[in-house]
Amino acid sequence: MNKIIKTLTLTTAAIALSVTAAQAEDVEVLHWWTSGGEAAALNVLKQDLEGQGVGWQDMPVAGGGGTEAMTVLRARVTAGDPPTAVQALGFDILDWGNQGALANLNELAAKEGWDEVVPEALQFFAKVDGKWISAPVNVHSTNWVWANKSVLDANGIAVPETWEDFVAAVETLKAAGITPIAHGGQAWQDATVFDAVAMSAGGPDFYKAAFIDLDEEALGSDTMKEAFDRMAFIRDNVDDNFSGRDWNLATAMVINGEAGFQMMGDWAKGEFLNAGKTPGEDFLCFRFPGTQDQVTFNADQFMMFDQGGSVSTEQAALASAILSPSFQIAFNKVKGSVPARTDVDGSELDACGQQGMKDLAAAASSGNLFGSMAHGHAAPASVKNAVYDVVTAHFNGEYDSETAVTELVDAVSIAK
Amino acid sequence: MASAAETDFKTRLQHWIPKLVLSPSLVMVLVFVYGFILFTVFVSFTDSRILPFVDKDGQRTFDLIGLSNYEKLFRLSHWEIALTNMAVFAGLYIVVCTIIGLTLAILLDQKIRGEGFLRPLYLYPMALSFIVTGTAWKWFLDPGIGLENIVQTWGLTSFEFDWIKDRDFAIYTVVLAAVWQTSGFVMAMFLAGLRGIDNEILKAAQMDGASNWNLYRRIIIPQLRPAFLSAFVILAHLAIKTFDLVIAMTGGGPGRATELPATFMYSYTFSRNQMGIGASSAVIMLMTIAAIMIPYLYAELKEKK
Amino acid sequence: MAIASSDTAIRTGRFTRTLIYVVLILFVLFYMLPLYVMLVNSVKPLGEITGGGMMSLPTAFTLEPWAKAWSTAQIGVEPTGLQPYFWNSISMVVPAVVISTTLGALNGYILTKWRFRGDTILFGLMLFSCFIPFQIVLIPMAAILGKLGLSGSTAGLVLVHVVYGVGFSTLYFRNYYAAFPTELVRAAQIDGAGFFQIFWRILLPSSGPIIVVCVIWQFTNIWNDFLFGASFASGDGAPMTVALNNLVQSSTGVKEYNVHFAGAILAAMPTLLVYIVAGRYFVRGLMAGSVKG
Repeated sequence: MNKIIKTLTLTTAAIALSVTAAQAEDVEVLHWWTSGGEAAALNVLKQDLEGQGVGWQDMPVAGGGGTEAMTVLRARVTAGDPPTAVQALGFDILDWGNQGALANLNELAAKEGWDEVVPEALQFFAKVDGKWISAPVNVHSTNWVWANKSVLDANGIAVPETWEDFVAAVETLKAAGITPIAHGGQAWQDATVFDAVAMSAGGPDFYKAAFIDLDEEALGSDTMKEAFDRMAFIRDNVDDNFSGRDWNLATAMVINGEAGFQMMGDWAKGEFLNAGKTPGEDFLCFRFPGTQDQVTFNADQFMMFDQGGSVSTEQAALASAILSPSFQIAFNKVKGSVPARTDVDGSELDACGQQGMKDLAAAASSGNLFGSMAHGHAAPASVKNAVYDVVTAHFNGEYDSETAVTELVDAVSIAK
Repeated sequence: MASAAETDFKTRLQHWIPKLVLSPSLVMVLVFVYGFILFTVFVSFTDSRILPFVDKDGQRTFDLIGLSNYEKLFRLSHWEIALTNMAVFAGLYIVVCTIIGLTLAILLDQKIRGEGFLRPLYLYPMALSFIVTGTAWKWFLDPGIGLENIVQTWGLTSFEFDWIKDRDFAIYTVVLAAVWQTSGFVMAMFLAGLRGIDNEILKAAQMDGASNWNLYRRIIIPQLRPAFLSAFVILAHLAIKTFDLVIAMTGGGPGRATELPATFMYSYTFSRNQMGIGASSAVIMLMTIAAIMIPYLYAELKEKK
Repeated sequence: MAIASSDTAIRTGRFTRTLIYVVLILFVLFYMLPLYVMLVNSVKPLGEITGGGMMSLPTAFTLEPWAKAWSTAQIGVEPTGLQPYFWNSISMVVPAVVISTTLGALNGYILTKWRFRGDTILFGLMLFSCFIPFQIVLIPMAAILGKLGLSGSTAGLVLVHVVYGVGFSTLYFRNYYAAFPTELVRAAQIDGAGFFQIFWRILLPSSGPIIVVCVIWQFTNIWNDFLFGASFASGDGAPMTVALNNLVQSSTGVKEYNVHFAGAILAAMPTLLVYIVAGRYFVRGLMAGSVKG
C-alpha cells in the first residue's frame, strides 16, 4: 500500500507547479466572455496589446459563471501549461494564489500606483501576502433592483425606500394583476436576491458577521430567519413559472411590462439598453430597499500565472493595459459594471452607470463595500455553494424558514 | 524451402504477433482507466481542494486524512438526493427504453411500408448531444411556453404539465428526454435481433395454431436474450454517465431535485474546490458500477468458453 | 392487406395494421419534437422569440441567424462564427475514429481467433473501462498529456478519444467475429497465411456491416464530446462543441436564441448526416454482430 501511495505521489508530482513559459511574445488568455458585447469589449484589449506588438491567443470557455473555464484551467495547470492570464472571481483567485501558482505583480503595481486607486475591499481579492497577483477589470454590484417605469407610474408606485414600501408596492402590483417580481429560479439567482434581502434585513454588520466571518451565531439568528421569511414573501410574488428561467428572460418580463421588478446585478442593464430602453425614462435602477448605502460587489479579474519566476514584458503589458483608464471605461460601458479603479472619469457612462460609480466610491470610503455571497466574494466556493443549497431548497419550498436557518448553520459548518 | 529453424522462428513470431498487436490497447486501458481509478482512490483519502498539489520542492500541499471525506459525503443530504435520483432515473430509463425499443421494433417488423423512412427518424436523436437539444427540451417542457401553453390555447384550459418545475416530478422529465435520445437506438438493436430469428421455427409454430401473441411471448422474445443483454449494458452505461442532459435541462434543479451522482461529483471536484469529497463520490460511483457489472460480465463471458 | 409475404410468419389484420401505423406515426411526432422547436426558432427574428412565440411557426421568416451562427457570431474575442471550429472537429474526429476502429477490429480478431490463456479476463477489463465516468479522468489525463508534450494539441485529443473509444469498438468487433467461422481462419493458417494476411484477406472483406456500426458509434460520441475538447484543446484548436457552448452559454450577455438554435443544428449536421447516410446499414450491422451472443 505504501508503495502505491508513493507511486501515486510521484504521479501527482507531475501535477507540481512545473510552470513553463508560454510562447514568447504572446499572451494566452482564458476567459468566459463570449457574448457579443463582452467579447467586443475584450477585443479592445486585444487590439491595444497588438498595437504594442504583443500577440493574443484567445481561449474562450463559456458557461455557468466560469465553472467550465475553471475546470479547463485545472487541466492546463496540471499539464504544466497554464495560460498567461485567466479570468477569475474572488476566492478562486486567492486559492490559486495560496498554492503559489500566480505571478508577483508588485513591481508593476508600485509603478502604476494600483494601491491608491483600487478600493481596499477589492484589493483583498487581488493580493496574497501583500503581493499583487491579479489585475481587476471591473466591479459589479449585485444589490440593484430594475423596474419598469411605466408599470410603476400606472400603479402610482414611487421608488420604494424601505422593505415596507417594497411590500406595499408588490401588493399593489399583485392587486393590479401584474406579476410583481420577475425572477429566474436558478440557484445563483435565488442567492443573488438573498444577498440583498439579508443585507436589508440585518444591516451591514449582520451581513459581515454571517457571510464574511461565517459566525455561527449570526447564521443561526432570528435576523436570519427574518431574511428567509422575506425570501418566502418574494417567492409568493413571482409567477408560477419561475423555475429554471434564464435571468435575461426574467429581465425581458420587466422590459415588456409583464412584471414590475427584478432583483439582479448591474449586467441586467445591457438587456434594457439592447431593447432600446433609456435609463430613467423607460426603466429605473435603484438599490434594493434598505441597502441604499451599501454595495455588495463581485469583480472580474485576470489572475496572472507565474511564468517561471518573473513577470514577462508581455504579461506586464497585459496587466497594465487592463488597468488603464481607457480600457476600464470602454469595457465597463458595455458590461454594465463600473471601473475597478475609482479615479477614472465616468462621464461617458449612462445614468445608472454613473450612479453605480458614485455609490461604489461612497461605499468604499464609508466601509460599506462588501463582497457578494452569491457571487463568491464573501466566502470560498465550498461555503458559497452550501449557502446556495439551502437558499434554493427554501425558495422552492423544501424547507420552512426555521429549518432553513438550522440547515444553513449545518451546511456552512460542513463546508468550512 | 525454409529451413527448420526459420520455420520455427516464423511460428514463434506468429504466436507473438497477436499479443503484440493487442498490447497497446491493453496498456492504454491499464494506465488510462485503471491507473486513473487508483489515482482517484488516492485523492479521495486526501484533503485536496483545487488540485492535489505538489510544489517544486516536492512538498505536498495536502494531507492524507483517511476516510473522513467519505464520512462527510454521507452526511450531505445533497449526496443522498443524488443517489436516490440515480436509482429512480436509471431504473425507469432502462425499463422504459427497453419497452419502447422492443415495441417499436416489433411493430416495424410487420412489413411496414416506409420502414426505411421511419427508421432514421427514430434513430436520429442518438446523433445529437444535449448541448444541442437541452434548450429545446427545456422550452418544450416549460409550462409557460411549451406543451402546457399549447394545449391550453387549444381550449383545454385545465390541462397541466409542469413537471419540470415540480421538485417531485422533475426527475421524470429528465427520464423523458433521456428516453427520447436512446430508445430509437434500442429499437435498432431489437430489430436486428428480430431479423436474425429463423422464420421456419415460427412457421412451424403457426401451423400448430399458435396465435401472434403466443408466438411473441413463447418463441420470439425468449430468442432475443442477447439483444436484451446488449441493450442493458449500453443503457446502464449511458445512465451512469448522464451529465450533460441534467446540466442543459434543469441544472440540477428545481432546488437540487435532479442532481445525479455525476453532476454531484463534477460540482464538488471542479466548482466547489472540494476535490477530496468529489473523488470519494467518484469512488462510490465506481464501486456501484462494479457491483452491477462484474457479475454480469462474469456470467456473460464465462458462458462462452 | 392481410397477406403475409413469403418471408414473414406473422400475419396481421387490417385493423391491427392501421393501429400499428398510428402508433408508429405518433412516435415519429415524439422524436421530431425537439428538432421542430430548434428549426422553427432558428428562422425567426429574436423579437418573436422573446415576445413569447417560442412554439409557433415564424411570422417573419429569416435565414439571418444561420448565416450569423456560421460566419459572424462571437465565439471568442473575434466574431468568427462556428466555421473555423468545424474543421478542427473534422481533423480530430477522422483520425480518432479510424484509429479506434482499427484497433477495435484487430483486438476483436485476436480475442476470437487467436485466443490465449486469460484473454477473457483482458476483454472483461477492456469492457469495464467503458463505464468509467469521464469527469474523473480529467486531471490525471492532463498530467499525462503534459508529460507527453501533447497538451493543447489535436494529437493529444485524438489519443484521449482513442483510449476511451477502444473498449466499445473491441466489444463490437469481438461479438461480430465470434460468429465468423473459425475453420476458415484455421484453413488459411494451414495454407501458410500469416496473422495480418488472414485479417486482411478473410475477415476484413466481410466486416462491412460492423465497421459501419462502429464508425457511427465512435463518430457520434467523439463529435459530441464537450468535456475533453474543452479541457485538452487550445483556444484556436477547439472542436465545434466547445465553440457552440461558447456561443450558447454566454453568461451575462444578451442571448440570441435564434442564432443559438441555428448554431446547434449546424453543429449537429455531420452526425445527422452520418445517421441518415449510413443509417440503413446500421440495423444490418447490428443484426450481423453486436446483439448476437
